[in-house]
Amino acid sequence: MSYTYPTTAPDSASNPQPTDPHGEPSRRDFFIIATGAFAAIGGVLAVWPFIDQMNPDASALALASIDVDISALEPGQSITVMWRGKPVFIRYRTEEEVAAARETPLSDLKDPVARNENLEGAAPATDENRALAGQESLIAMIGICTHLGCVPLGEAGEYNGWFCPCHGSVYDTAGRIRSGPAPENLPIPPLTFVDDTTITIG
Amino acid sequence: MQGTSEYTPRTGIERWIDKRMPLPRLMYDSFVAYPIPRNLNYAYAFGGILSVMLVLQILTGVVLAMHYTADADLAFGSIEHIMRDVNYGWLLRYLHFNGASLFFLAVYVHMFRGLYYGSYKAPREVSWLLGVILLVLMIAAAFMGYVLPWGQMSFWAATVITNLFSALPWVGDEITLWLWGGFAVGDPTLNRFYSLHYLLPFMIVGVVILHVWAFHVTGQTNPTGVEPKSRRDVVPFTPHATVKDALALVVFFILFAWFVFYMPNYLGHPDNYVEANPLVTPPHIVPEWYFLPFYAILRAIPSKLGGVIALAGSIFVLFLVPWLDTSKVLSAAYRPLYRIFFWVFVAVCIGLGYIGAMPPEGGYVIAGQLLTAYYFIHFLVILPLLGFIEKPKPRPASITEAVLGSDEPGDSGTPAAAAAMPERRG
Repeated sequence: MSYTYPTTAPDSASNPQPTDPHGEPSRRDFFIIATGAFAAIGGVLAVWPFIDQMNPDASALALASIDVDISALEPGQSITVMWRGKPVFIRYRTEEEVAAARETPLSDLKDPVARNENLEGAAPATDENRALAGQESLIAMIGICTHLGCVPLGEAGEYNGWFCPCHGSVYDTAGRIRSGPAPENLPIPPLTFVDDTTITIG
Repeated sequence: MQGTSEYTPRTGIERWIDKRMPLPRLMYDSFVAYPIPRNLNYAYAFGGILSVMLVLQILTGVVLAMHYTADADLAFGSIEHIMRDVNYGWLLRYLHFNGASLFFLAVYVHMFRGLYYGSYKAPREVSWLLGVILLVLMIAAAFMGYVLPWGQMSFWAATVITNLFSALPWVGDEITLWLWGGFAVGDPTLNRFYSLHYLLPFMIVGVVILHVWAFHVTGQTNPTGVEPKSRRDVVPFTPHATVKDALALVVFFILFAWFVFYMPNYLGHPDNYVEANPLVTPPHIVPEWYFLPFYAILRAIPSKLGGVIALAGSIFVLFLVPWLDTSKVLSAAYRPLYRIFFWVFVAVCIGLGYIGAMPPEGGYVIAGQLLTAYYFIHFLVILPLLGFIEKPKPRPASITEAVLGSDEPGDSGTPAAAAAMPERRG
């Protein structure tokens, strides 16, 4: 059962501008399109808070920097610290490790960019551009494989640098990707020396 | 529903409801009088099994949610609390945990049945598309559910899978941060996964209703692939399908109970009984068994973006199957070549699952790449070509002829079929 709506057109007295299907767009057409467009834009804008609430919140952003004391590090030792919920490897490399990294020609690298947030632009991935400025034996980088986010194992793999157990990416002693599915070198976070034995990450 | 209805309200209350909101009429016409082909075999029982498994997963899930705590510091402990302290908590959790595995087992059999009997072909494309949407929703629900215990496998599965999105050009990193709600998988991630894990099953229920609606409009396929032509080709859903599905369900539940009571952790991974540690990745991470073929496809491509595209493509290609298969013959029983390629494809999927469980080194890498290539060749090359080169076997004139050898009235058409209405279907 259905209600039947009147099908006769309203008389011209109450509707001075009836829609003419073959003529110029009427004022009513304009109102319908403008109202519809307004509602559609408003609807899309109203969705934004529901999407943006999932982005990192104020408390996550507040944990943006940490200080690390590196005075106890001896050559050949590493520490792992947490920064923004991610591990950061800080390694005091041996002379052999530094030498091995420096001797590697840039043409052997899968990713020729330093990925160092402390350097401007796309600096080449030389060992000097990845080690801590001023203390080239030290290197600090985010210990997250650039493939799918696993934590690589230290002093492992073909180059005795880092090796990711998940899908077999191999990094050298400067944290540069040498083989495997990972596309980029391990990224260097923003680093500054507070004093000779303390660095700030972030 | 269009067409005539078999429903006759008997009591005053039924008549009163029928005039106002004829839900009993809809249920009667859909699950009692609804005509089904008389030759459905047990491969057709998995739809019913899946419906029961879905209800069971929702039931056990709702009661587990009464005891679970979605907090990165408390989640792992709350699972142990469920296992040790909550009355029957061990049973409810093992039912839910193994139920997910059995759910996927049933859905894979259900999908292979659809591929074998051509259930995706005209006019049933919409049923198939809704089914693939259901698979995608199930994958999302299962993945997020696996994260909730917050063990090592939970954490690293969440990390690896969310990192898949970082492979997208330009927006990848922003999307990954947005999914995490932080700079790594953490408490916000766990909370939102819990919220969505609770939501998704109800979305699945909604799509299941559409799925059932779609194939009730077109009618089911059957092992001959010949559409029902007379009343003698069909029998009413109740009691025929109801009882047959019930028997299949009992057998399926024996398998389910065997896992729950005798080997409840066989399908899991011991590392997930170690609490999540963001600083240590377990040496060998693998997903649950039901994702292993897809994981093998992801790892087969030695490039991050390429692997993600292959993974997404392996599911997306299922949406195209109704249009990739150029053969008009539904059932593989009358397609001599497709029948062989179908079983090769089943073996390839099982092979991919095996490769997915193995470490990505040596011969496993090459085998994984060959099997991945075959997976796509099956859909993109073999299915379209077979329609042109294959000579199908002669098909029976009707379902009854296929079953009884003759379709002469009076032979032995079932009297019960008289109640069904083949006129309704195209």
